[in-house]
Amino acid sequence: MANFTPVSAAIGGVLIGLSAVLLMLSTGRIAGTSGIFSGLLNLRGEDKGWRIAFIAGLILAPILAGLIGYGMAQPKLPSNWAVIIAAGLLVGFGTRLGGGCTSGHGICGIARLSPRSIAATIVFMVTAVITVAVTHHVLGG
Amino acid sequence: MWIIAALLCGLIFGAGLLISGMVQPTKVLGFLDIFGAWDPSLAVVMAAALAVSVPGFRLADRNAQPWFAAQYFRPGKSGIDLPLVAGAALFGIGWGLVGLCPGPALESLATLSPGVIVFVVAMAAGMMAHDAWQQSRLTAQRERLLASATDG
Repeated sequence: MANFTPVSAAIGGVLIGLSAVLLMLSTGRIAGTSGIFSGLLNLRGEDKGWRIAFIAGLILAPILAGLIGYGMAQPKLPSNWAVIIAAGLLVGFGTRLGGGCTSGHGICGIARLSPRSIAATIVFMVTAVITVAVTHHVLGG
Repeated sequence: MWIIAALLCGLIFGAGLLISGMVQPTKVLGFLDIFGAWDPSLAVVMAAALAVSVPGFRLADRNAQPWFAAQYFRPGKSGIDLPLVAGAALFGIGWGLVGLCPGPALESLATLSPGVIVFVVAMAAGMMAHDAWQQSRLTAQRERLLASATDG
């Protein structure tokens, strides 16, 4: 467990929880990123302002952090474009079908003690762990 | 006012992902790789987030309405059904393949990484494919209903 960073993880987690609570208290919305983003993709023009604002804040965070000297490193992704595209399609389709992702089900839904969100979180954790086990240890990626 | 609130919430959320390191796919994959050099950090992130959000949502339940909106928008469904399980399973596979889920993926657009841009475009395509598929299912259902109505 050489990579374990409990202090920064706890501070970051508190901020994520705080953001979810503040969004609910102020706008009455669930801070589920997949749901917020997918609401921008349909053509009907209503209810988009707060979604754009939340995502703008998300993208602004590393830019502002960079200004005070804590720039974000380029994320390390697989070199195979087909894997990146397949993963993006699965994440997009799956979060719409399942009604949420790590934030909506994992943080907000579990906090509301929703059985659906608890079940969804267990399922996506299990399939993600299996996927990593297969790609890293069986296929040796 | 609520637009500013949403912007601030996005900023705080982004700061949380940044500080915890969860914006980095390698950090997330370190948690998911329980058979390798396991990194439990993501579990601490979720526990700390829930330590705030569980009492926070209780507080929201006691308010009749949000500060800057007319009503709360809470998910209405309660039963665990096949779409929920199948969708979560597919999402998990995609998440495990590269270590990106929607929040960190959108936040990482700030780095202008070509891989992230391609991932987000594919994610949007997956979402739109789902919605188009649901729409066509609904249309087919309605046509069947109409057909059976005229048959009768």
